[in-house]
Amino acid sequence: MKKQFPLLLMGILTVIILFLASLSTGSLLIPLNTVWSALFGSHSSDHELIISSVRLPRTLIALVVGAGMAVAGVCMQALTRNPLASPELLGINQGAALAVVISLFLLPGSALWVSHAFAFMGAALAAGFILLLSSVGGKRLTPLKVVVAGTAVSLMLGSTTQGVLLLNERSIDEMRFWLAGSVAGKGLPQLLQGMPFIAIGMIGALLLGKRMNALQLGEDMAVGIGMRLESTKRLLFVLIILLSASCVTIAGPIAFLGFAVPHIVRGLSGPDYRWIVLHSSLLGAALLLLADVTSKVIIHPGEVPVGIMTIFMGAPFFIYLARRKEWKLG
Amino acid sequence: MIPSKLLPLIHIPLLLLLGFLVVLQIGTGEYPIALGDTLASLLGFGLPEHDFIVHTLRLPRTLIGLGVGASLAVAGTLLQGVTLNPLASPGVIGLNAGAGLAAVAAIVWLDVPLNWLPWMAFGGALLVALLCYILAWKQGLSPIRMVLVGIGIAAICQGLITVATLSGNIRLVQQASIWMTGSLYGRSWEHFWPYLPWVLVFLPLAWLFSKQLDLLGLGDAAASGLGYRVHYGRSVLLGIAVALAGSSVATAGTIGFVGLVAPHLARTLVGNKHAILIPTAALLGGLLVLAADFAGRTVLAPVEIPCGLITAMIGGPYMIYLLLREWRSA
Repeated sequence: MKKQFPLLLMGILTVIILFLASLSTGSLLIPLNTVWSALFGSHSSDHELIISSVRLPRTLIALVVGAGMAVAGVCMQALTRNPLASPELLGINQGAALAVVISLFLLPGSALWVSHAFAFMGAALAAGFILLLSSVGGKRLTPLKVVVAGTAVSLMLGSTTQGVLLLNERSIDEMRFWLAGSVAGKGLPQLLQGMPFIAIGMIGALLLGKRMNALQLGEDMAVGIGMRLESTKRLLFVLIILLSASCVTIAGPIAFLGFAVPHIVRGLSGPDYRWIVLHSSLLGAALLLLADVTSKVIIHPGEVPVGIMTIFMGAPFFIYLARRKEWKLG
Repeated sequence: MIPSKLLPLIHIPLLLLLGFLVVLQIGTGEYPIALGDTLASLLGFGLPEHDFIVHTLRLPRTLIGLGVGASLAVAGTLLQGVTLNPLASPGVIGLNAGAGLAAVAAIVWLDVPLNWLPWMAFGGALLVALLCYILAWKQGLSPIRMVLVGIGIAAICQGLITVATLSGNIRLVQQASIWMTGSLYGRSWEHFWPYLPWVLVFLPLAWLFSKQLDLLGLGDAAASGLGYRVHYGRSVLLGIAVALAGSSVATAGTIGFVGLVAPHLARTLVGNKHAILIPTAALLGGLLVLAADFAGRTVLAPVEIPCGLITAMIGGPYMIYLLLREWRSA
């Protein structure tokens, strides 16, 4: 308990620093004092205008999506009791992405909420399938098998997405960046569209912290201490879909955030899920902001999609974890 | 397990089906040729106007389809045998991604001559396999760790592929992205000849190692107890799988799921003995790719659906069926 508050403070501080860093970087580097004055409502110079109209929405998106993805990962690992689970490794993000691509293909030029609704359906279908395999009843697959299954499902969904894009040449160019996971060129409308769902998801996850703790004891034990097992699982399922579908609609299938963040946080703060959710949202936001800053400076003045940066940061971590533990097949 | 006397009952119909598909495949197209005429032309006494279409345009494509299907199927069989994991395939552990990355980089950045592509792709697949091997090595090689590490490396390769497609010239990218989906479109003799040696060397080689695969299937302890050098054997088998997958991806792009589906179907047909399993899987693989290519060419004619998309559409649901079956018996 003692270390949680300093940790929380550190998290908030890191997020603030990276938030400002993200506002000041871009094809044009803007000094921090200009960033500062723009944040407090001054629009007198071009730089201040750039900050308030372009960079602020984008940075807010990185903040919200980072937090949302990380919390989705926490819920996923808690629900499946599988340390390798996360929405992107198990194909949920790809399901949402495929649904969005299909919606753009079938109903071009439709409103934002249409693709959002499609994303929900896609995420729900993919999540339903993979959770059925990994957490329902006594017949659970081992963590390893779930991951291999998830990878194969992701591959299938990914190549179907490619196929839909090939049928519609115009969209290839528009979609390339989004599919790589990107927060560039997104504005307030996208953010406001997804924000309520992400907020509900995060609050829900905070409220379910205690139940997630109980779930880790094993299902029999959890029922023994008086938890309503089925309703908890259903709630977590809904939270995961809310969070990952909304994040994917805004920023595309950003990889490895939901997987890596809960691991790092668990190492820092211990096994209490109430704190894990809180810390994870901060660390997730911080990491995505960091990835965003890096993606903007690495081939400056150009930029790479932020999803690429999270892959390069997250995949080595995944390999490291794969090496550290003995995994059982049976 | 099927008694060996009955094996011809399985293989002869498959071969007949394959022969029929070959003739059908060659006969169909913008300029249809009757089955009899196609057959006559293939056997060398056809009409001159048919000869050109059959021999120059359609035969190489068909032969490449056969080779690629057989190679991927055998590569999948080897990988499933080595990792003892029924869900392993060249796609899951990143061989396709590595070969794809090398080839896409070659198309988009280096603009290399066509006949280098198999070597580049083979190099990419080899590099991924080596990395997998090194990173998964911890007092011996655990196949499970290898699958996990492979998933991580595949993610990094996908990230780099995205970087390549985003940074390149749009025309080259379009070409690379069609190629990535896996297509036999426009494949001719100039693609066939560089590819042929790989098939002729490594398919028989894989078959020669079928006893070793049977031994590995007994588990490490039993296999080394029988005097088999487990780690050495795994390395050789992996090398063969890499050669088969790498050269196929280089020739026809990433035709997914053949390496997963064909070995499974073969196993349900003839059982686990690799001396019979490998040729059966090769047969089924060739059959699958040809059928997929045929469907891709005819369903929406004159628009061509890349054959990799069709195999994904068939392979994905099949894999889901496999997973559900395993889940029910878990």
